Amino acid sequence: MSQTVVVDIVRIAVILGMFLGCVAYLVWVERKLLGHIQIRVGPKRVGPYGLLQPIADFVKLVSKEDLTPPNAHRALFRLAPAIALVPAILSIAVIPFGGTIRVLGREMPIGIADINVGLLYVFAMSSMGVFGIALAGWSSNNKYSLMGGLRSSAQLISYEVSLGLSVLGVVLLAGTFSLREIVAAQHPIPFVALQPVGFLLFLMASSAEIARIPFDLPEAETELVAGFHTEYSSMKFAMFFVAEYANLVTVSAMAVTLFLGGWNGPFLPGPIWFALKTAAMLFLFIWVRGTLPRYRYDQLMRFGWKFLLPVALLNLLVTALIVALSGGEG
Amino acid sequence: MSEVRTEEMVLNMGPQHPSTHGVFRVELVTDGEIVTETRPHIGYLHRCFEKHAEHLQYTGIIPFTDRLDYLSGMNQNFGFVLAVEKLLGSEIPERAEYIRVIMAELNRIASHLMMIGHMGTDAGAITPVLYGFRDREYILDLFEEVSGARLLYNYYRVGGVIADLTPGFVEKTRKYLDYLERVLNEFDQLLSENKIFRGRTVGVGVLPPKVAVDYAVTGPNLRACGVNWDLRRDEPYSIYPRFKFDVVVGREGPGVVGDSWNRYWVRVQEIRESAKIVRQALDGLPEGDFIKAPKSIRPPKGSEVYHRTETPRGELGYYVISDGTPTPVRVKVRSPGFVHISAIPAFCTNMMVADLVMAMGTLDFVMGEVDR
Repeated sequence: MSQTVVVDIVRIAVILGMFLGCVAYLVWVERKLLGHIQIRVGPKRVGPYGLLQPIADFVKLVSKEDLTPPNAHRALFRLAPAIALVPAILSIAVIPFGGTIRVLGREMPIGIADINVGLLYVFAMSSMGVFGIALAGWSSNNKYSLMGGLRSSAQLISYEVSLGLSVLGVVLLAGTFSLREIVAAQHPIPFVALQPVGFLLFLMASSAEIARIPFDLPEAETELVAGFHTEYSSMKFAMFFVAEYANLVTVSAMAVTLFLGGWNGPFLPGPIWFALKTAAMLFLFIWVRGTLPRYRYDQLMRFGWKFLLPVALLNLLVTALIVALSGGEG
Repeated sequence: MSEVRTEEMVLNMGPQHPSTHGVFRVELVTDGEIVTETRPHIGYLHRCFEKHAEHLQYTGIIPFTDRLDYLSGMNQNFGFVLAVEKLLGSEIPERAEYIRVIMAELNRIASHLMMIGHMGTDAGAITPVLYGFRDREYILDLFEEVSGARLLYNYYRVGGVIADLTPGFVEKTRKYLDYLERVLNEFDQLLSENKIFRGRTVGVGVLPPKVAVDYAVTGPNLRACGVNWDLRRDEPYSIYPRFKFDVVVGREGPGVVGDSWNRYWVRVQEIRESAKIVRQALDGLPEGDFIKAPKSIRPPKGSEVYHRTETPRGELGYYVISDGTPTPVRVKVRSPGFVHISAIPAFCTNMMVADLVMAMGTLDFVMGEVDR
C-alpha cells in the first residue's frame, strides 16, 4: 500500500515537473520562433541560445515589488491568480502521455489518472479558469481590467459551448469519455481523418478558449493595455502568465489526444510520439500568433454564435447519423 | 417597473497607453464597449518650437524642424527651407532640387512604412510593424550615408543641401526600390488581403468628405475620403511638375470611401507612387553643385511668407515673418497632425473601443508636430 502511494507521488511529481518545465520552455520557444518569424533572433544573451531565459524571467518576476492597488478588493485580488493557475495545472492529470510501462514490477499507464469521464474533467477544469480572470478584472478596481474581465467572461462562456460540441463527434465515434480509451480507439486511423471539421472547430474554439490571437481580446493590448491583469505585478502576474501557457500546452495535448491519435505511432515509443505531436500543435499556435490580427469584440461574438455553433451542431448531427446508420461503434 | 439605470464610464486613454502613438491623451465616455464621446487632450510634448525659432538664426532653426515630425524629418526641413528661400527669392542649383525631392520621397516611403506596420499592431497583428521597421531601415541607412544621421537629418540648407550624394547612392537606392516592390506584396498578403484585417478596417471610422474639408484635414487622410487634392500636383513647389505620378484617392472597393481601410490603402499606394518619383529623379539627376548658399540670410524687413508642402502626414505650412535681421520675428507652423486630432471628436463617436483605436491610428499623427 505504502509503496503504491510513494509510486503515485513520484509519478505526479515527475509529470508535474515535466509539465511545468515544458511551460517554462514554451515561453522560450515562442519567443525564439516569433523572433524568427519577425526577422529577429529572439533571446540569446542568457546562456547558450538564451536557454536560461525562462530562469532569468522567473527571477526577475519574483524580485519585482508585489503591488496591490489601494482600492482593490484585497482577498479576491489575491485569490484570482490562484483560481486561474490551479485548474490550468490540474487539467493535465487525466491526459494519457503514453501506453504502459513497468515500474518496480508493476504495470502502470503513463499519466497520472485515468478516470472514465476524463474529457468532462478537462472541460470542467478549463471552465474554472474563467472565474480567475473575471474576478481579477473585477477586484483590481481598474477600468481597463474590468473591461478585460468582462470581455473574457463573455468570450470564454460563449466559446465553451462550441468547444464542447466540437469534441462530441469524437465521443460518438469512440463511445467513451475516457481519454485513454479514446486514444486506443484511434489505433489505425486518428480521428482527424474521420472528424476533419470537428478538428478545425476544436482548433478555433480552443484558441478562443485560451485567448490566443486572433481571439486574444481579454488582453488586447492596443485597447485595454494588459486587460484583466493590468494591475498585477510580480509573482501574481507570473501565475497568470504560467496559467496562460499551461492552458496552451493542455489544449495542444488535448488536440493530440482527441484528434491526432495520442501516443499512437510507428517505430518510436509512445511518449515521444505524443511529445512530437504536441510540439507540432504548439508550433501551429505560435505561427498563427505571428501572422494574424485580432477580431473585434462583436465580430468575435458573431463568429462564435453564428458560425462556430451551427457548424458544430451540424457536424455533430452528421456524425450521429453516420454512427447510427453504420450500427453503433464507428 | 422602471428602466434599468446604467452609468456611463469615463475611460482615460493615455498619455501613457500602448496605442496612442506618442503622448496623446483622449478621454472616452463609454457605454460598455461603445464610445459615445471623445475628448482629445494635447500638449504633453510641447517644446516651444515657435518660441525657440524667434531666437535662432534661420540655419539654426532647421535642426529644430526635424524634431517636429521625427518620422519625416527630411520633409520638415524641406518645407522650412522652401519658405525661407521664397522670402529671399534665391535660386537653387538643379542637382540640389533633385536631391531634395529624392530625400523627401524616400522619407515619405519610410514614414508610410511605419504607419502601415503600426496599423497592424493596432489591429492586433504583432508582426507587420517589424517588417515595416526592417524595410525602413534600408532608407535610414541611405540617409545616414548622406547626412550622417538616421532620424534627425538636418540635411537641407537654404540654397541647397548640406552634402552631396555619396558614391554608389544612386545604385543602392535603385536596388532598394526593386526590393521594396516585392516587400509591398508581402504586406498585401499579411494585411491588405487578410479577412480579419479587412473586418477590422472596412467601414470603421468613416470620415465623410464634407467633415474632412470642414476641419481642413489634409494629406493621405483627405485623399482617403475621395477628395483629390495633393499639393505636389495642385500647388507645385520645387521640381515636382517634372515628374509623372498619380494622386491616389480613396475608392469604393473592399472599403467605404473615408474609412480606415482606405486610409491604409491610400498609403500603400502612395509608397508605390513615391517610388516612381524617386526612380524618375534618379534617372534625371544632373551633375553640378549641390548648394549655392546665399551670402547672408537676411530677408528684407517686413517681408512675410506662408509656404505649404505635402508631407507624409498632410499639409505642412510655415509662416515666417522677417524684420531684416538674421533672426525671424515669428515662425508659425501649421501642422497636419494638429488638425487631424481636432477632427477626432467629429467622427469618432458611437464606435467600439477597438474601432476608435483603429480610426485614430489610421489618422497617423505624430505628437511631435502636434504639440511642437
